[in-house]
Amino acid sequence: MKTLAELMAIKEATQQKMTVREDTGDDATRIVVGMATCGIAAGARPVLNAFVDEVAKRNLKGVTVSQTGCIGMCQYEPIVEVIQPGKEKVTYVKMTAEKVAKVVNDHIVNGNPVAEYTVSAIK
Amino acid sequence: MYRSHVLVCGGTGCTSSNSQAIIEALETQIAEKGLSEEIKVIRTGCFGLCALGPIMIVYPEGSFYSQVKVEDIPEIVEEHLLKGRIVTRLLYDETVTETEVKSLNDTKFYAKQERVALRNCGVIDPENIDEYIAYDGYQALAKCLTEYTPEQVIQVVKDSGLRGRGGGGFPTGLKWSFTAANQADQKYVVCNADEGDPGAFMDRSVLEGDPHCIIEAMAICGYATGATEGYVYVRAEYPIAVNRLQIAIDQAKEYGLLGKNIFDSGFDFDLHIRLGAGAFVCGEETALMTSIEGNRGEPRPRPPYPAVKGLFGKPTTENNVETFANIPQIILKGADWFASMGTEKSKGTKVFALGGKINNTGLVEVPMGTTLREVIDEIGGGIPNGKKFKAAQTGGPSGGCIPASLMDTPIDYDNLTAIGCMMGSGGLIVMDEDNCMVDIAKFFLDFTVDESCGKCTPCRIGTKRLREMLEKITDGKATLKDLDELEELCYYIKENSLCGLGQTAPNPVLATLKFFRDEYIAHVVDKTCPAGVCKKLVKYEIVADACKGCTLCARKCPVGAISGTVKNPHEIDANKCIKCGVCIDSCKFGAIIKK
Repeated sequence: MKTLAELMAIKEATQQKMTVREDTGDDATRIVVGMATCGIAAGARPVLNAFVDEVAKRNLKGVTVSQTGCIGMCQYEPIVEVIQPGKEKVTYVKMTAEKVAKVVNDHIVNGNPVAEYTVSAIK
Repeated sequence: MYRSHVLVCGGTGCTSSNSQAIIEALETQIAEKGLSEEIKVIRTGCFGLCALGPIMIVYPEGSFYSQVKVEDIPEIVEEHLLKGRIVTRLLYDETVTETEVKSLNDTKFYAKQERVALRNCGVIDPENIDEYIAYDGYQALAKCLTEYTPEQVIQVVKDSGLRGRGGGGFPTGLKWSFTAANQADQKYVVCNADEGDPGAFMDRSVLEGDPHCIIEAMAICGYATGATEGYVYVRAEYPIAVNRLQIAIDQAKEYGLLGKNIFDSGFDFDLHIRLGAGAFVCGEETALMTSIEGNRGEPRPRPPYPAVKGLFGKPTTENNVETFANIPQIILKGADWFASMGTEKSKGTKVFALGGKINNTGLVEVPMGTTLREVIDEIGGGIPNGKKFKAAQTGGPSGGCIPASLMDTPIDYDNLTAIGCMMGSGGLIVMDEDNCMVDIAKFFLDFTVDESCGKCTPCRIGTKRLREMLEKITDGKATLKDLDELEELCYYIKENSLCGLGQTAPNPVLATLKFFRDEYIAHVVDKTCPAGVCKKLVKYEIVADACKGCTLCARKCPVGAISGTVKNPHEIDANKCIKCGVCIDSCKFGAIIKK
């Protein structure tokens, strides 16, 4: 290593891997994946990991991906909640890893919840 | 990309309460659940809350688990890591309220702390240079080498008001400028990690938790003073610290952050580790350098000071670990930022190792000027078992004690000196009403008698005589004349010893004489020990009315000093009694008393 630029490159690359440890405080966007037995059985783990990867790939700041227990609508698992300060909670149901990119792009980045995936879309 | 990081404390405290086995259990069970690609386990340095070790923190939730056992790991993996249900019963109870889980930084232990020297301890993986870099590591070195002249670096350190954290409190910038002003073909930087005070462990924790910051600071010091080689003198009793420091040095060399032409600036710097064999005198700078040279660790008279003639006869800058740990932050955030913390003449923060009769045993860092009351009652969580605070010993065997009446003194170098105490390296041993101050003074004298190197007479023989006099007092054989002689000898030793060890050795005696003279008088005149510690002055007796004659004490007594028949009051034979206290502990009726 001979330049500051090289040092900063290592810094940024490592920081990205460490975002999970940041204390994001109360104004963070929280993506919560239901990971009780029902969620796991319905395939919540690939969904959880897809969110982690997508958030990392886009280098999003102030976004945490975490797990929670059973929300109580086991037939609609995998269920994912997106909680943003000052906004109503959005609940996505029957999520798959394939749907994740659209949710991150439309909802988290651009602020438009993907209505067709939400619980209210279910009749 | 890992979705969760599990940080487990790998400091000496938590390691000795089995954190290594916890890490291994975690890794095995995470692998069994097929979570190895999702969850990363990291061994960090000390979190500071050693009393509650082993400590573990799980991100992104930030759940702080304390006193974790290997048996708890299956539950943590199954419930928290797999299913996302936090194991509430293992959370540090300060973080749990009825309605929510508080952030660690809002707990009493952490809220008043200001972490500068310890900022990375418990936060990064000390064996991974990239994580140090992610937390601004080596940026200060880059800034110095590419933007500042050596004079400018020294000016920043001078302006910050940083003073030596090893105990003396000498202005660091001034020390550096002395070495810089001397011309020589070779100069050295030495880091004093020979932490010898009983009860002090902040230097160890910094080396274990953030070794790269010491490397970076020493390189900066080398650039500022014109030195191209550095030595870290660390005690061999700190195997984890030595190991992590060696790993850190190797990583820094691999990245070209140590070695030739660092950051293409033409500046070369290399670093070596030297292990000390645990002699207290080697914490004294001239003795330390003599020891690095391969000779017996003995001090030599100053002047010449190390800045003129130090290691291998060359100009040398020697600083303590904690002093160095402040340097990178001062360079990056500026002298004004550092000088904004603390008191008029003592800037920045100070790390204290809390030990003794206190609830939150551990490592804390507070701004200079924080009062002892805040440190002990608020951060330290007070005295266990509802006992009363009596005094706190600062600076170990070189320091003095602060009595309860002075608890509101803002702690800084000058205030402590003014009350006849000293900052020392930052060991803070808390004593309650059950401690005898004469006995404490004797304890520290025992230590200095053992550790005196023997080179100069006042220290070698003086401390031995001092200890004999204290023994006479605790044996109840002393007279008031002995007290006067004791004090006189203290001053003689202080004035005539060659190095800091002897010059400060009588301090525990002088401080206890000053603040607790009544206890000395009680030993000398009344032949009693008010705290009931000094065995020769204590008598055990059985209160006949309270004794039920259960014979338990007689069976427990290791020397057969208790006699009596079943259902009749027993008696203790004072001539046989060794005052071990086993009888008091075993009596179910509170019938045995200590007089």
